[in-house]
Order: sequence, then C-alpha cells, then structure tokens
Amino acid sequence: MEAFGLLLHGFTVLLTGKTLLLMMVGLVLGIFVGVLPGLGGPNGVAILLPLTFTMDPTSAIVMLSCIYWGALFGGAITSILFNIPGEAWSVATTFDGYPMAQQGRAAEALTAAFTSSFIGSLCAVLLITFLAPMISSFALRFGPPEFFAVYLLTFCSFVGLGREAKHKTIISMALGLLLTGIGMDTISGQLRMTFGSTDLLRGINFLVAVIGLFGISEILLTMEERLALRGHAAGISLRVILKVWMDLPKYWVTLLRSSFIGCWLGITPGGAIAASFMGYNLAKRFAKDQDSFGKGRIEGVFAPETAAHASGTAALLPMLALGIPGSGTAAILLGGLMVWGLNPGPLLFVEHKDFVWGLIASMYLGNVVGLVLVLTTVPIFASVLRVPFAAIAPMIVVSCAIGAYAIQNAMFDIWLMLLFGVVGYVFKKIGIPLAPFTLALVLGNRAEDAFRQAMIGSGGDLGVFWSNGLVGFITTLALALLFWPLIDKAFGRIGQMLRPAKA
Amino acid sequence: MRRLAKIAAAGAAILLSTPALAWEPTKPVEIVVAAGAGGASDQMARMIQAAVQKNNLMKQPMVVSLKGAASGAEALIYMKSSDGDSNKVLIAYSLIYMLPLSAKIPFNWRELTPVAVIAMDQFVLWDNAGKPYKNVKEFIDAAKASSSPFKMGGTGSKREDQVLTVFMEKRTGAKFVYLPYKSGGEAATQLVGNHIDANVNNPSENLEVWRAGQVRPLCVFDKERISYKSKVTETQSWNDIPTCKEEGLDVQYLMLRAMFLPGKVTPEQVAFYVDLFKKVSETPEYKDYMEKQALKPIFLTGKDMTKFLEEDDAQNKSLMTEAGFVAK
Repeated sequence: MEAFGLLLHGFTVLLTGKTLLLMMVGLVLGIFVGVLPGLGGPNGVAILLPLTFTMDPTSAIVMLSCIYWGALFGGAITSILFNIPGEAWSVATTFDGYPMAQQGRAAEALTAAFTSSFIGSLCAVLLITFLAPMISSFALRFGPPEFFAVYLLTFCSFVGLGREAKHKTIISMALGLLLTGIGMDTISGQLRMTFGSTDLLRGINFLVAVIGLFGISEILLTMEERLALRGHAAGISLRVILKVWMDLPKYWVTLLRSSFIGCWLGITPGGAIAASFMGYNLAKRFAKDQDSFGKGRIEGVFAPETAAHASGTAALLPMLALGIPGSGTAAILLGGLMVWGLNPGPLLFVEHKDFVWGLIASMYLGNVVGLVLVLTTVPIFASVLRVPFAAIAPMIVVSCAIGAYAIQNAMFDIWLMLLFGVVGYVFKKIGIPLAPFTLALVLGNRAEDAFRQAMIGSGGDLGVFWSNGLVGFITTLALALLFWPLIDKAFGRIGQMLRPAKA
Repeated sequence: MRRLAKIAAAGAAILLSTPALAWEPTKPVEIVVAAGAGGASDQMARMIQAAVQKNNLMKQPMVVSLKGAASGAEALIYMKSSDGDSNKVLIAYSLIYMLPLSAKIPFNWRELTPVAVIAMDQFVLWDNAGKPYKNVKEFIDAAKASSSPFKMGGTGSKREDQVLTVFMEKRTGAKFVYLPYKSGGEAATQLVGNHIDANVNNPSENLEVWRAGQVRPLCVFDKERISYKSKVTETQSWNDIPTCKEEGLDVQYLMLRAMFLPGKVTPEQVAFYVDLFKKVSETPEYKDYMEKQALKPIFLTGKDMTKFLEEDDAQNKSLMTEAGFVAK
C-alpha cells in the first residue's frame, strides 16, 4: 500500500493553514470564472496562472487545481439557472437542468449537479491514486523516441477521433506547430523566424495565445450576439439537499456508468465533452421511459455531470504521468507546471513526489470543500449574472490584459493577446477548432525536440520508433488513431460483405 | 569642556556613519536568472536570496525572476534594455560569451556593469552506474569499439557541454553523437534511463542521481581535484573523483558564476552591490552551498574581475572557434 502512505504524506503537506486558505481562495475564484460566461475553466486558469508565480509549486498547483474544481462546479450553475453552458461539457447538463429550473426545481437540479460532480471526481481521483505509482515505475523507460511517440499519439488522436472536420483540425494544428517554431531552437542553438525582433526571441508564449484565443474572442462573440442574461433565482435549503441525497442510491447504475465513461474518456485526450454527452445518451438509452428525458428529469442531470467531472479529473492523470493533457484546462495546467520547472511526464512522479501527492491529496480535499462551498454560496454567484454584460465585459478584458502582461512583463504580449483574440474570433466564425491549435502550441516544441533527438541518436533511421515494444506499440497506436475513420469504414465494409454471405 | 567633547563625539559618530547613508536600493531587487527553474543558476539565485534575507544584509527584499527563454538570451536582452536600472542583477555564466557567438544574439557583456565573480563551476564526466566501464580509459575504449557512436547528452546546443564533447573527441579520437536537452536535469534523468551513454553535467545537476547510486563520476575537467573531502555518497567524496588529466584525457574547463548590473549605473550603486555580494560570500549559507554543489570559491571585483572576464572571453572564443561553433 505504497500509494496509501504517499497519499497520507500528501495530506500532511496540505494541511497547513496557508494551503487551506489558498484552496478556499482558488475555489471561490474558480466558481466565479465558471459562472461568468465567456470565461470558464481554461480561461479562468489561464488568466489566474500568473498570480501563482510567486508561490512555491505545491501551493501554486493546489490553488490552480482548486480554481479548476471551482470552475467545474460553477459551470453547472449557469447551465441550470440560465441555460448558458459555462463550458462545452456542461452543454448536456442544460438538457434537463434548465427545464427543472423552469419548473421551480432549480435547487434540486443544482444539488444533483454538485453532488454528481463530486461523485464523478472522487471516482477519478481514486483511479489516479492507484494508477499513479505504477506509472512512476514505468517512468525511466522514456527516452526521446518514446516521448515523440506519445506526442504523436496525442496529435493523431485529435485528428482521428475529434468531432470536427478533419481538414479543419489539421489546419488548426499546423498553424499552431508553425508558431512554436518561433524563437530559439534547442537542437541547433539557432534563432528561427524572429526577423531580428527581440520580442520574438522568447517565442510565442502559449498562455498569451490562450488568453486571447479563448477570453478575448469570446467577449467579441458575446458582444456581437448582444447576449441578454435572464436568470432564475435559486436558494438551496438543507431539506432539498437531503431529499436529493436520499434519492441518490436509486441512481447508482447511472452514476457508476457515467463515472466509468468519464474515467475512460478522460484519459484519452479531448474526452471530457464527449464523456458528458455519452453519459447523457447512455442514461437515456437504458432508461425505461426515454421520453421523460429533456423535460426535467433529475437523472438527466446526474448522468452528464458525473461523466464530465470524472473525465475532467481523470484528464489530469495523463497530463501528470505522460505530459499529455486530456482537456483544454489540463493543457493550461501543463504549461503552468513547466513555468515552475516541473516537467510533467513520467519522471514527475520520481522527482517531485511531494508535489504530485500534494496535488492528488488536494483533489480529495478540494472536492469536499468545493461541494460545501457551492451548496452554501449559490445565491451569491447566481446574482453575478444579473450584472449587465456591459459592466462585466471591460472587467474581463482588463483581467485578460493583466494576465498576458504578467507572464513575461512584456507590453508586446498584450498586443499579441489582442491579435490572438481576433484570430480566435475568426476561427470560431469559420468553424476551425481552437483545441488543436492550443495543443500544438503547448507540445509542438517538445515534440520537435524529441523527434530530432531521436533522429540524432539513431543516425536518421525512422525504425527507432519501432525499436522496442513500448515505443512500437505507441507509434502504431498513433497511426491507427490517425487513420481511424478510414479503418472504421473498412471494417464496416467487411462486415457488410460478410453478412450477406452468412445469410 | 565636557559638552564640547560630547559634541565632538557626536560629530565623529555622524562622520563615521556616513557610509551607511550611501546609496541603497529603494525598490525590491530582482535577481535575473538566465535559465529555467531548478537549474544551477536558479538554485544559486535562491541561495543568495535566502542568505541576504536571513542575515539582514539589505532592507529591500530580493526576488528571483526567471528569464530562461531562448536558452537564456531572454535574460541578456532584458539586462541590455535596462540601462541605468540598479534594481536588477544578472547571475551570469558562460552564455554571456557563447550565445553572441553561436546564435548571433546582439549582446556584449561589456555593455553591462560587472559587479563580482562569486564562484567557478566544475564539469564532470558521468556514465551510468550499471555500465561495466569504471574509468575514463575503459569508457573511451568502449566508445571506440562500439559499432554505433556513444551518445553524449548535454544542455543546449553549441554551448559548454557540446564544446567539451568536441574536445573529448579531438583528444581521444573516439566519436560521440551529441544530444542537446533543455536542461541539465533532463540530461541527468536520460542518463539514468540509459537513453544516453554519458553526460558532462555540473556537479549540482547530477548530485541527486549520484547519491542514489544511479550514475558514476569518471573524471573532473579541471587542473586539480575538487577540494571537498566529506562523503557525498556512502563511499565517495567529491575529492575522490580523479581529474581528467590524471586519467589521460587532457581537457579542462571551468565556468564562471558572476553578477552583473545593467549598463550606465553609478559607482555608488556598484559599490553597494560589491559590498553586498562580499558579505553574501561570507555567510554560512554561501559556504554550505559551495560545498554541497562542489563549486570552487572565488571572489573577484573591479579591475581583477575585468581582467579575468577578458581572459575568460578570449579563451571561450578560441574554444568555440576551434570547435567550429561560431556563426558566420
């Protein structure tokens, strides 16, 4: 029970007044950004990341992950009360959550959402607790070819499994990869694409890009759509909470199924959104009276919320253990880790035990504290939405600008952020997904370095990517995922050809 | 009479205390690190920060600011564009000579104000402890006999680590392929995982994996052995590592660790920092750090420092030229 001992150690790292305070602050900030339309998890974490630069890594990541939990909880509030999903993965929650609110059962829906979020996260944290030690012993087998194979897997799975049109995903990713080439090249020690500018010497900081791409572009979109916010009032009484909790055991199959889907999809990149829809759809498929879904059924809130949170949490495991983020927010946390010199990847578990187990322990504590906090503060946060958009928008823009500036204390980055805001707006308009672009910005450099290190080591022989079982398996899997739509079609054809033959 | 004496004494006291009224920073002082978090420069900056704070050497706080982008060029450009700002101190190493040569970064250390050289860093040749070759000769013989060339890992490209690799090739005739990593820490874990055959990390970068028994030091690239004799691992001290010359590999390289202010600062400001780092170099924190990281203690300022820098620059330049790393 090594995991258990390490986890207990993690709790001792956390249980200081300062860390607990940071946790509360993080949760409150997180719920706040989760509630604000146009912010949400990834943007909130991106903007608040520089705040943590002065802290030690453990405190910083605890605070950031609490912002993350907070944002996850907060997303549910807007989905249910206002029919505005704060996050893409909250969309499914609106299907039954908003009708419940319209029927005056908002409190019940919110309690259901928070509770199921908590259950989903808990399942995923349990998974992380027991899988993490195994992953660390596997750590040292990662050399340049293995690292590259893993990055390749991430890129390929985005292309092959993503819901967006393939060519758009590839365009988005290629543009991101192009931008990572700016600055100093580690392998040759030469400057690339800086055109003599000292500002470009640093390269494009992906956080600056992300704040612009998500935050600023969302403001532009909302302005265009003249978003009017009209909400339902909500208060949660202890009686309602108890009533919902008493009903919980009835839905254990739904909860378990959604948790499982969430954990599984969370570990594969970009799975959180798919998980919430899948959770909802499966709950609907297995229900006896399918028609009652979409009309305010509590199960329709349980299912997507549990899955979304299980996957949102499980997404942290591949990020920590392999350096591949499972979600947009995880991708930003990944960038944050690198700022503190914590190289996410297999060795993180060997080199920074305190940090990793502190983080895992904070997942448990953060979720418990978060649940209590959201249940008690819902009315306050819901009132945020009654502030006119015209007042909130400038505040968001200012906080974006501060965030972008603080990363490297450079005015140039603010212009860059605004530029990316416009790029993000255009991308959204023409339907080019932003996630592959962000992913390429985060991993592009590392993938390139790993590829070229592998090539130097092997003397230019591509066979190095099949030189042992581990790397061969990952590379083959990556290629299979890239061509998955074709493979899937081919299997379908063969199936069709076989069936008539049988008949 | 007595009153007069009192006044005279008070006057003398005022006169004596005037040095304390000399220039002092009025804002928090920023230590600029030209490398990533956790690297040797960062660790040293944090040691200085702690030593200043614990011993109350300065009223204003010190903050560490990491500017490691573009292999540290970010920090150099940042210092260069901070003319006259006496609240920024760069903790410099050999990159101040090498980066302008290899990557044509528009920078010259003579545009900054030298304050003090506070240490010299060593380089050690390390291999994986699981490998059979236990000394330099066996290692070089194995490298020569190997069908595919040995892989040498190091920090960055066309910098001190790769220069050392080139000179090892020149002196022995063995061939290596050099794999550039982002940091010494990465080179250390890659050696432990057997993905490279050797590295030439600074003692501080491989300290933890050496203590864990995962890597083996073969020789130190200096004229004399490291002076620290207390045991680091169960059986060995830094002093037990032979010099490369003793082992028949005549390559030497030491790297400066020095403090610089931006250009165009006043002599009073320089004097304050010279005094500050002198005091830092006398603290127990500094001494402890030097021994733990196996750094060579040294303290140079003023003319001595300028002379040292010019000589060191010339030497680095000739090494870089001979290795063929100077960009045209």
